[in-house]
Amino acid sequence: MENLQCQCGHVNPLGTKLCESCGRSLTDKEQNSKLVDMRYEGTARRSQTYNKSIIDKIWNFFSSVKVGVSIIVILLVAAALGTILPQQAFVPANTEATIKAYYADTYGSVGRVYHFLGFHDLYSSYWFIALVGMLAISLVIASLDRFVPLYNSLKNQRVLRHPSFMEKQRVYAQGPGADDTLQKTEAKLKELKYKVRTDKNGLLAEKGRFSRWGPYVNHIGLIIFLVGVMLRMIPGFYVDETLWIREGETRAIPEVPGYSLENVKFALETYTGEGEEARFGEALDRVGTVAKNYQTDIVLYQAPNNSLPGETDNLEVVKEYPIRVNQPLKFDGYAIYQMDYKLNELKTMTFALTDQETEESLGELTIDLIDPNESYELKNGSTVKLLGYYPNFSGFENGEPQTASPLPDNPGFLVKMTTPATPQGETSFITIQNTIEPFGPNQYKLTFQNAEMRNVSGLTVRKDSTLPILGLGGLIFMIGVAQGMYFNHRRFWLQQTDSGDILLAGHTNKNWFGLKKDLDQVSAYASLPAYTDQQEETEKEGEPQS
Amino acid sequence: MATKKKNRLFMRTAILLVMVGAIAFTIYNGVIKEKNELLQVGDQAPDFALTDLNGDRHQLSDYKGQGVFVNFWGTWCKPCEKEFPLMDRQYQVYKDQGVQILAVNIAQSDYEVRQYAEQRNLTFPIVIDKDKSVMEAYNIRPLPTTILVNPEGKITKIITGEMSEEDIVSYMEEIKPE
Amino acid sequence: MTLTAISSNLLYIAFFAYLIATFVFGGAVKGNKKGSFNSEQRWGKVAITITVIGFLAHLGYFFTRWVVSGHAPLSNMFEFTTAFGMTLVGGFIILYSLYKTPVLGMVVLPVALLIIAYASMFPNEISPLIPALQTNWLAIHVSTVVIAEGILAMSAAAGLIYLLKVVDLSKKSKQRFWLEGILYFLVLVVGFVISSSYFTLTNYETTFQYVNKDGQEATIIYNMPPIFGMNESVPLTEDTMTPLAETPPLVDASKLTTVTWSLLVGTVLYVLIRLIVRRRIVQLIQPLMKSVNIQLMDEINYRAVIIGFPIFTLGALVFAMIWAQITWSRFWGWDPKEVWALVTWLFYAAYLHLRLGKGWQGEKSAWLGVIGFAIIMFNLIVVNLIIAGLHSYA
Repeated sequence: MENLQCQCGHVNPLGTKLCESCGRSLTDKEQNSKLVDMRYEGTARRSQTYNKSIIDKIWNFFSSVKVGVSIIVILLVAAALGTILPQQAFVPANTEATIKAYYADTYGSVGRVYHFLGFHDLYSSYWFIALVGMLAISLVIASLDRFVPLYNSLKNQRVLRHPSFMEKQRVYAQGPGADDTLQKTEAKLKELKYKVRTDKNGLLAEKGRFSRWGPYVNHIGLIIFLVGVMLRMIPGFYVDETLWIREGETRAIPEVPGYSLENVKFALETYTGEGEEARFGEALDRVGTVAKNYQTDIVLYQAPNNSLPGETDNLEVVKEYPIRVNQPLKFDGYAIYQMDYKLNELKTMTFALTDQETEESLGELTIDLIDPNESYELKNGSTVKLLGYYPNFSGFENGEPQTASPLPDNPGFLVKMTTPATPQGETSFITIQNTIEPFGPNQYKLTFQNAEMRNVSGLTVRKDSTLPILGLGGLIFMIGVAQGMYFNHRRFWLQQTDSGDILLAGHTNKNWFGLKKDLDQVSAYASLPAYTDQQEETEKEGEPQS
Repeated sequence: MATKKKNRLFMRTAILLVMVGAIAFTIYNGVIKEKNELLQVGDQAPDFALTDLNGDRHQLSDYKGQGVFVNFWGTWCKPCEKEFPLMDRQYQVYKDQGVQILAVNIAQSDYEVRQYAEQRNLTFPIVIDKDKSVMEAYNIRPLPTTILVNPEGKITKIITGEMSEEDIVSYMEEIKPE
Repeated sequence: MTLTAISSNLLYIAFFAYLIATFVFGGAVKGNKKGSFNSEQRWGKVAITITVIGFLAHLGYFFTRWVVSGHAPLSNMFEFTTAFGMTLVGGFIILYSLYKTPVLGMVVLPVALLIIAYASMFPNEISPLIPALQTNWLAIHVSTVVIAEGILAMSAAAGLIYLLKVVDLSKKSKQRFWLEGILYFLVLVVGFVISSSYFTLTNYETTFQYVNKDGQEATIIYNMPPIFGMNESVPLTEDTMTPLAETPPLVDASKLTTVTWSLLVGTVLYVLIRLIVRRRIVQLIQPLMKSVNIQLMDEINYRAVIIGFPIFTLGALVFAMIWAQITWSRFWGWDPKEVWALVTWLFYAAYLHLRLGKGWQGEKSAWLGVIGFAIIMFNLIVVNLIIAGLHSYA
């Protein structure tokens, strides 16, 4: 029961539809159909042949097109489900609990169910990854199972096929021929760039066989791509960090040992609608402001070899560069992208030391909120001494002023003001809103004059060593698709019987229109019998008469 | 024929195993395992060099042979504030037994740090990580975080959050040289 | 006349040329009722000439706009959608030159008209590019996608013709129901165009104040009489219509109102057509399909996918990933638009496997072609306007 023997004597593996040697139909189904099924040349898919152990059963499962397509469709539906509500990465919450609450609060019961089902993080769920993995398995197995027999079958093609094979081809002709029909056909087909082989009274012309490998090539490309995606899980292949950096700051670049970055200036430009931009006037009137450029001017530093974290004295300038959207800073396999920004954080505050009654000023002092001084000298020997600085003042605790964060969002200053008139000094606690005089009314106070602001730039630090692999996979995929889809495999079989009759059959894996155009040219030159498209014939017969 | 079949079974098994293994690896990394921390207990503590308020340079490797209690903190951090006096008290006990404290402030101004230390009469060295490079090297996220480094320079414990005085004592004992 | 004016006039010319050509193609098909191929050829020639003139005007619109704005006019809904209409017609012209099929024109051109009309409902002034779009990848990525979608749409058109011819309308069937459903949807689009043009021409606008999901006050502008109101909404415009129903704060009542008006007008239109002709619309169209060569339609359906699929892959996935890597630092981020490009790609991959591996040809393939187009339209309309993401055009 292992093999099938054809009438011609050739032994075919079980599951073969058309004899590998002569092309006779081997199954009942094939024998009764008007046209042969030429997919995979009627060869036996390898997995159909053996069905023994559990491994073979798993193998066969993944080898089936039905299973492959089912996986594709399930993936497609799953991917679509993930877009009904935003994924957790796009949601303004970042802990388990707040994310859960966000879905419930924002989307009600729908959100609760969505979160419960895990759809809020669908694309990194184990089952979604498993599905992609199953698709990969199916790609490999289905390709192997089909490629090997197809390759053998096309490699070992015989020129002479059994008449029953020929007359069941979609393009078929039969009729009287002349003595030179074969030669003329051969000449014309060669002119049309066909490879022609002859054997006794027949010929086989073939063109574009390589297009048959297209599907397998593109599957290889996909596998390489998926391997690339998998490799990023390995430490060292992939870095994805966020770096918020304020103007004037120098910061170590996360996950990039030895390098640090200084934010010299962050600028946000918007369209003005003037001059060159007048053409956008109407649109700007409608939507208001539109951003034109986000730019962080940076200096990239590298610590000298052998220097340790924390040693910031001998940094070497590597590069000065304006990072803009679409123009990341690239160095040493890393790239830094402009992603986000915050405008106008307090940088300095300027006060005037004034007499509360006369409003006479004894001069101004500017406090650098990032790096304040201990005391500030004014003219006439007046000084303002900083007793305490609370960048983000949040209230008093046991009489002690507190700061909620290191950022100067709501600076508070405890100062001692000494003037010639008040040599003992007066103490005052100043915040943006008010001034507290803890030891009774003072003669002098600090009056706010102005403030300088600075911007914060949000950068993304990225390294992705898998990109070349992904690129290669993509390239191979595209080559495979183009090879399989933009070229086609055309074949003609021609036989002249002893009585001089011509049998002609043509087959292509796609674009029958093009095949017929070739055949028309050959027919005209070699006066071949008129051919019929047997599939069109069948359909016409099947049509209801109206 | 039999060997051919055997070979095929072998090939199929191998291919399936490789692919299933790759998928399991991916799922494990993507779903089950949390983002892998850079530093783990048992690792060699990354060396660093920072300057304290008096301008003295402190390099971690210079303290080889002593236990080092590296505490990352900020002036706005409430638990840091609570544990500092406790740390200082134990520092007085253990500094002569070979345990050093390095309090690493995260990128604040000299003025703020000095003011803060003077007000609390802190005696252990306080260094400032100006460009957060030490913080990056140790992958510090929440404050306070304390890293215990033993006399061999290996990390023996990573503590995030506030410590009680008993905790501090036991940690000091842990890294005290023999 | 300024170049901007020339540009928009060229688009009008294209629109009217397609409109006229639709009827001439219809004439060509109808004239062939008795199988007189001559008249089909003659009228077909006239119709394709008009179509080509329209297409040239359309190209003229596209490139003059490119000159005026300084960037490829593919940067917002209006520009993308009109370009999609253009590639649709371009695809048809190529197919016509190969296969001489007036019936395809009769189907493709009205769809192109609807798409252009739909596009014109969006703000069409020349707008500046936000930083992310300031790159040549805009032209490369979007034009490849729009060409691919134009080609894939040919597959759907051929599929639709195939179905219109082969589906048996004399008895109740799922096929008949869905086929009529497709046509009903097209009528709804007409409904959208009519209602939206009417209210635009009459300058309808009304503003309401409401409490948004964060509990803050916000305003909402309606361009159609408000059927739905936002949470606790208060009119800011005098003498305005009171909304009939209130929506939860998350739902954009203005968009919902637009959709409802379109549904209403479209359905009224559909019912009117049904009442006047006393038949289903499919039944009205099917006689025109009498001389269609279904073999050829199946071939077009398949070849369009074969040609379109690699281009789609290149444009919607490969170029998209390269650009995303440059702009957003990652080549893939599961943004809804990215996901739907993947869904479309997977769908056509399934189509090809079913056709090549399981022998799904003819009617099954035709349905798949039509569904593919539905997915593309879903991505164009729903994903852009409702599922907000990085790609959504404000």
